[in-house]
Amino acid sequence: MKGLIYFVAFFLLIIGAFGIARSKDLVHAVVCLSVAQAGTYVLLLAVGYQHHASPPVFGSPASRPTRDVVDPLVQAMALTDIVVSATVTALLLAISIQIAKRNHSVDPDELNAVEG
Amino acid sequence: MAHFDHGAAALLPLAVAVPMLGASVMLALGRHVSRLVRDLFAIAIAAGVTGLSGYFLAVASSGRIVNWVATWTPLGHRSVGIVLEVDPMGAGIALLAAGLVTCALIFSLRYLESDTGHFHLLVLCFLAGMEGFALTGDLFDLFVFLELMGASAYALTAHNIEDPQALQGGLNFGIINSLGAYVSLMGIGLLYAKTGVLQLPLLGAKLAGHRPGPLVIAAFVLIFTGLLVKSGVVPFHFWLADAHAVAPAPVCMLFSAVMDPLGVYAAFRVYWTVFSPTIAPAHARVAFLSLGVATAVIGAVMCCAQRHIKRLLAYSTIAHVGLFFCALGLLREDGTAAAALYAAGHAGIKGALFLLCGMLLDRYGNVDELHLFGKGRGSPHLGLLFGLCGFALAGLPPFGLALGKALAEKAAIDQHLYWMVALFVLVSALTGGAVLRVTARVFLGLGDRPKGDAEYRAVGTERPPAQRLQALPAAALSAIGVLIAGTLALGVLPGARDAAERAAAAFIDRSGYLANALGHAGHQLAIAPSAPNWDLRGVLLGIASALLAAGFAAASCYGRRILVHVPALRLGTRAVLRALHRVHSGHIGDYVAWLMAGCAILAGLIGLPLR
Repeated sequence: MKGLIYFVAFFLLIIGAFGIARSKDLVHAVVCLSVAQAGTYVLLLAVGYQHHASPPVFGSPASRPTRDVVDPLVQAMALTDIVVSATVTALLLAISIQIAKRNHSVDPDELNAVEG
Repeated sequence: MAHFDHGAAALLPLAVAVPMLGASVMLALGRHVSRLVRDLFAIAIAAGVTGLSGYFLAVASSGRIVNWVATWTPLGHRSVGIVLEVDPMGAGIALLAAGLVTCALIFSLRYLESDTGHFHLLVLCFLAGMEGFALTGDLFDLFVFLELMGASAYALTAHNIEDPQALQGGLNFGIINSLGAYVSLMGIGLLYAKTGVLQLPLLGAKLAGHRPGPLVIAAFVLIFTGLLVKSGVVPFHFWLADAHAVAPAPVCMLFSAVMDPLGVYAAFRVYWTVFSPTIAPAHARVAFLSLGVATAVIGAVMCCAQRHIKRLLAYSTIAHVGLFFCALGLLREDGTAAAALYAAGHAGIKGALFLLCGMLLDRYGNVDELHLFGKGRGSPHLGLLFGLCGFALAGLPPFGLALGKALAEKAAIDQHLYWMVALFVLVSALTGGAVLRVTARVFLGLGDRPKGDAEYRAVGTERPPAQRLQALPAAALSAIGVLIAGTLALGVLPGARDAAERAAAAFIDRSGYLANALGHAGHQLAIAPSAPNWDLRGVLLGIASALLAAGFAAASCYGRRILVHVPALRLGTRAVLRALHRVHSGHIGDYVAWLMAGCAILAGLIGLPLR
């Protein structure tokens, strides 16, 4: 079961990268980047997950947990990752919109401003 | 090594917090104050961080500075805390970053006239990212700062949002670097799954003594992919030239001089602290040297084939990153020390060259070598500085860059790797020669007048004549002067070599890094006997590369006359260059495909020798 989750994580990363490689639209490419990043969320959460464990929420620092909890560290990492993703996606979409305004096209095949 | 300097440790987070706070203040108040106030405020923040980093360097040279943020100290070898751990190498590169940001801001006093404060804001965020990247001892934080640095850099590249090329360069840069960073994060996740810690010193301790299994090798390959993208190592380098060609000159300077070397620094920091106890240097060396050689050769060839001066400099940076990789890839103390000096010297010279390029753009409206043929005769000062930097880039003593090159060659000779000496001489001569060729054509009008004027295509940031500068602004010239003088000082000041060797010894000392992180005193490092900076062989090799560079420049100015008579050579060269140009297509899909291919190549290089 756990093996399947890791497979899904890497599958998302690779299919995202493949999507960018084959992309005919910059917005599509940026969304594919987000798909690739979704692979990292799945991997991080899978690393910390345990069956029959409760969420890592404690009443006070003194109260000892009475049962297993899932790893809070990877959840914090995933949250940070989401913040990073939001920033980067917003920025790249803004650039794509600007490219569409300037070039009247968002097809990477038709952009040849930089070369060799 | 003593490391219980609580004063310096308490100040460590400020190196990141101060520029971030400065950026926030700028965002809140920037539009209500005049341009000059914004300039001075940003310069004051950057200068403050420079001072702070200098203080860290002074303290760290007598022992690492360790700060477990908010006192979340480890229990045994387990920890959920975040550690900042600074040795002289980390402090040195932090100082370089802050110093160069200060120079860039001083240069832009007159640059980017119509600006709303976003430039300063982004530069300060960029500085915060670089400082954090250099000072952290935590693998996940390394990713976070990689992305903070990245996001500000993408925005800075596309800063001129009216320019379609800047937009495309910024987008390519953003997609490739972010994808690389996510690939790294996958590797970080795998390592965490295996070890349960994220701190570099503790990771190394957990992996020590185990044979590297498939999981560790996969983690190595994935983590390195992101860092190699940042460094611009072949075949992850495609974004670099696109971004450098279109970003504003002071931003290019920061990219070339410190952001790309920071990627190299992080790669070897991670290797030494985390992977060296499980993937032994004898195994990893082949991979690092192969990547280094490929990067140096392709960078140098592409550098010579450019006519857009900023792209030319960008490829020259790629070539030099390859040389740093070769020197560090020896995985020995002497090579590491050489690379540190080389990178510091390169930062000064390459920074100065990009700023000179910015002035050229300001004055003549574009930076196309053939278009500017002979037009620079009116600015002898620029030409003189350009030529000087060209010779320095080729490795002319006594610049700091040449000192690093001489020491790297010495390290290679000690290992009986004579081909590497030839590589260093040839690559630095080619990149220096390309700059000298530009000097000769633009400022002296030497050689055959190029016929290609008709096919001139607007490459890079164009500037309408109304906005062109007539005189050279003093602030910009002083920034360039400081950079060149700094590089000269690095090569001339006695003790530069000793300091670099001590920094390198601490950099590769994994057990000391771990002991200090856990709050113990590390063992005393053997201090090598103090050596003079220069030896005769190094000086001679330096002069030889400089002469060779001048020869290359002359050959490429007048070469067409000879080449006409040797059709086989001409056609061969043309075919190779055309193939290389086709590979560097500017198409984001191609770049992503190369990234994945590079990932596979890296896996082969590191995995096959370990079978």
